[in-house]
Amino acid sequence: MASRVLWASRAASYLRISTFNRAFSTVLKDLKYNDTHEWVKVDGDSATVGITDHAQDHLGDVVYVELPEVGSTVAQGANFGAVESVKATSDIISPVSGEIVEVNDELSNSPGLVNASPYENGWIIKVKLNDAAELDSLMDSDKYTKFCEEEDAKH
Amino acid sequence: MNLHNAKKTALPIMNLVRMQGVPILDQLHLEERLLRSDFKNWCILNVGTPQPTIVMGVSGKPSELINIKSVIYNQVPVIRRFTGGGTVIVDKETIFVTLICSRQAVPLLNLYPQPIMSWTGTLYHDALSDFGKFQLRENDYVFNNLKFGGNAQSITKNRWIHHTSFLWDYDVKNMDYLKHPPRSPKYRLERSHEEFLCKMKDFVPSKLIFIEKTLNSLQKHFVLQPIQADDINALNIPYAPSSRLLTKEELEKELLSTTA
Repeated sequence: MASRVLWASRAASYLRISTFNRAFSTVLKDLKYNDTHEWVKVDGDSATVGITDHAQDHLGDVVYVELPEVGSTVAQGANFGAVESVKATSDIISPVSGEIVEVNDELSNSPGLVNASPYENGWIIKVKLNDAAELDSLMDSDKYTKFCEEEDAKH
Repeated sequence: MNLHNAKKTALPIMNLVRMQGVPILDQLHLEERLLRSDFKNWCILNVGTPQPTIVMGVSGKPSELINIKSVIYNQVPVIRRFTGGGTVIVDKETIFVTLICSRQAVPLLNLYPQPIMSWTGTLYHDALSDFGKFQLRENDYVFNNLKFGGNAQSITKNRWIHHTSFLWDYDVKNMDYLKHPPRSPKYRLERSHEEFLCKMKDFVPSKLIFIEKTLNSLQKHFVLQPIQADDINALNIPYAPSSRLLTKEELEKELLSTTA
């Protein structure tokens, strides 16, 4: 089951003096993450991919998700779709390579699921992995939490 | 040591392309190619597009956004562009300014919609605050709460584009082709197009002054390098852009689906 990882007290005090609102982002322990804020949940040679809570928070209200075709291939580091929020389309970058076996059609009618439930109902694609070794290059939850903290502190 | 030049040479280069009357679809195709298949920073300026054209965002639904019957009857072209955002009708009195940048181009800029929008707001505040009470309101550029500049963006892994259509002047009758959109900014407060928009020419002395002020503001962040439009064609950038004209059949199908 998912467990919530809280920001360190240093992040909390930073937020208290920050000039804009920012909620605590959720990072789940059993997922892997890339540096463009997508997550992957692996189950054997299958993987589910979505964008993280940090990403959806920074993007704003998602109004449209451009989904790829089932049967097409994705490559680690390459874009496979896009989300539209506010006035922008933002590429979704795949953390893994493989064949897309399912897309979340619910997002066509309810793109806001990406905001409301980024790790569960807001999943975007399911992939049949073709190289499990790629997962070694991804971040675990602790590294990703630190990555987000450093990224937000820099900007 | 000349400190001014030393500082200047530390700034990243931005290629500047100035165009006049290039059709907006051609401009969008060029922009998408440069965003996706090039690595340099670009500023594209285009003064006017030859005929009134409706330009929707990537997910725009014609039935929600335009009065399809009169658009078909009057043969107004409708384009779906590759960036997000709303619907505009542009013509020869629209000034287009586009910025395409790599991640490192603006130091410490987080590549998300709001920070990019905010940064461009400071750029144009620098350029335009002499002419009126300029603000970035939600995602629009306004004088005295009246919109004159509409924005849209696309963000990739390491690059971003922010393009703006500036209403130097416009024909009020053309606004009748556009519906009141289902998603509109809160500050619009249900105002009609006429009550919500303003014309830049009522605030800024000339198009040339607007362009020169914008370029001066950009030069605080970039070293501008003029490029001839012909030289871009010579770059032969292999990318199939997605912005396209909607066909009459597609518009008719949309119209039927709403009247069925």
